[in-house]
Amino acid sequence: MANMVNLRFKTCFITIHFDAKSNHETGNFEPHRHNAMTDQIQTALAAILPDTNSVSGLLDELPLGVAVLDRHGKLLLVNKAYETLTGVDHTRITGLGCLHVLRCDFCIKSCPVMTGWNKVQAVSVDANIINRERRKIPVRLTISPLVNDDGDVMGIVETIASGGSQSSTEAISAIFSLGDLVGKSPQMQKVFAMVPSIAQTDSSVLITGETGTGKDMLAEEIHNASDRNKGPFIKVNCGALPDTLLESELFGHNKGAFTGADSNKPGRFRMAHGGTLFLTEIGDLPLPLQVKLLSFLDDKVVYPLGGTKGFHTDVRVIVATHRNLEEMVHQKLFRQDLLYRLNVIRLHLSPLRERVEDIILLQDHFLNMFQTRFGKKLEGLSRNARTLLQNYTYPGNVRELRNIIEYAVNFCDGTQVRMRHLPGYILHAPQQTTKAKPALPTELPDLTATQSIPIHPIQESWEDVQRKMILDALLKTGGKKQKAAELMGWGRSTLWRKMKHFGIE
Amino acid sequence: MDKILIPLLDNDIAPRFDMATDVLIVSVTRGTEAADKVDKKVIVLDHASPEAMCRLAINENIQTIICAGIEDEYHNYLQWKGAKILDDICGPVDDVLKSYLAETLSRGECFYPRAFD
Repeated sequence: MANMVNLRFKTCFITIHFDAKSNHETGNFEPHRHNAMTDQIQTALAAILPDTNSVSGLLDELPLGVAVLDRHGKLLLVNKAYETLTGVDHTRITGLGCLHVLRCDFCIKSCPVMTGWNKVQAVSVDANIINRERRKIPVRLTISPLVNDDGDVMGIVETIASGGSQSSTEAISAIFSLGDLVGKSPQMQKVFAMVPSIAQTDSSVLITGETGTGKDMLAEEIHNASDRNKGPFIKVNCGALPDTLLESELFGHNKGAFTGADSNKPGRFRMAHGGTLFLTEIGDLPLPLQVKLLSFLDDKVVYPLGGTKGFHTDVRVIVATHRNLEEMVHQKLFRQDLLYRLNVIRLHLSPLRERVEDIILLQDHFLNMFQTRFGKKLEGLSRNARTLLQNYTYPGNVRELRNIIEYAVNFCDGTQVRMRHLPGYILHAPQQTTKAKPALPTELPDLTATQSIPIHPIQESWEDVQRKMILDALLKTGGKKQKAAELMGWGRSTLWRKMKHFGIE
Repeated sequence: MDKILIPLLDNDIAPRFDMATDVLIVSVTRGTEAADKVDKKVIVLDHASPEAMCRLAINENIQTIICAGIEDEYHNYLQWKGAKILDDICGPVDDVLKSYLAETLSRGECFYPRAFD
């Protein structure tokens, strides 16, 4: 005999039939009569969801992992997202304890299903699971009891969303990111938006940008987003090898082509067959090789050194440089025709000082990354440290910011990164005085020549700022050095030393 | 002699290698007779730690580890140390051990009776 139980779950009222004998859901699903729900809606819902198959279908459409459990924690139903996250097959797990299927740390420690409900209400926690591929995945786990009109727990709905134990900053980084590249500035968002469409073509891409802006990562993301992602991604630094070696490295050589060539070598172009060849520092490519690259871009045939037979390779070429290629063409250091062929799609990565909004995002991103890596638990950066980092000019761009944060996390002995944990050179470096400076002259020489955006001279040195900060802190604390030192995040002796240095009595 | 390590949660295989505090160590001496000699001991760790579990496995010269969920990092490490790992296994430890001794145990097996079969 079927026992019909009305179950309350959040604001929805659903009715599930349980078979009293077998305690097994028999599969009927009807909308409960609810004041807010008109008859028309109920009829329409009943038509869409007449049985458990329909419920299952509905759950499969959800982006969250959902499991329906009986009150003892035995699995009745899981959706596709749950299967994907855990790696289980739903046909093999129904009736098993959730604990053994989900393998969640929270379930083992303090799951209300196992320990009993103190308060019959939904529990939402950051946890992690180990899936069938032996990967530990952070999840946001929500356990919601389904109660009947008498307040008895009749079942449980469990939802899991991956990335749960990420802090809010990690989640934000994930939103504003493309692979490993992170940025929310309009410049970066524009690049991120272009990547999917660029990836679908086979045209050559030229990536420009200062050192440390992420040219290599962008190239790799383009490769990963393309249909060639199953093929190799081969990276060659054109500035790292002498000319003769570079030719053999790129195009390969035949046995006996030169002294020491005791076997055939395929070369990077042939190794990248079916994938992408990324030539970084293309501005350093010697002129004779520029001709050879030009010839390859024309007919996609590679001629190894010392060989007469050409090999056809299916390779997409992405190049990057921090140099101004137009200027190099002007100086006859780079072939104009090669620039035209490479410059089919051009992406420019702006320097970090021009995208202040990304500095904060990247600070938090790297802080999270390194505190996880070094097993530290930090609350963040102090206000002064944050201000200092925000105003720094970052000649080394994102790479430099990353190194600064890595240094700070390494040397941080407290719970917050303070100024004393930052590398000393930043304190003496010139600071940004405007929120965003104009583009580098090397990138846009003609524009900057005519641009009249004034760059304000640096008003005060870091020493002046420090002096002011010490005086402010002493004022705030009524002249108490111990408290002033605490306020500034320094030791008492540091404050004393600095006061002496600045002549503050 | 075959030495087996099984992380426990009560009388069952612990759902996670890194969260178990109880460990069953079984020494099996394969005899020429029908029955093998099986010695069992339970070790209780003062706190759950995958590193401590790995250390224990190495110190005890464990040849086989039977567990449920184990992270790749520890799986690979133990494998590199020469241990055979049968993971993704769940069920009461006696049933699992019986299957292992009968040489029928393989990865991904579940020994719980299904509530709704």
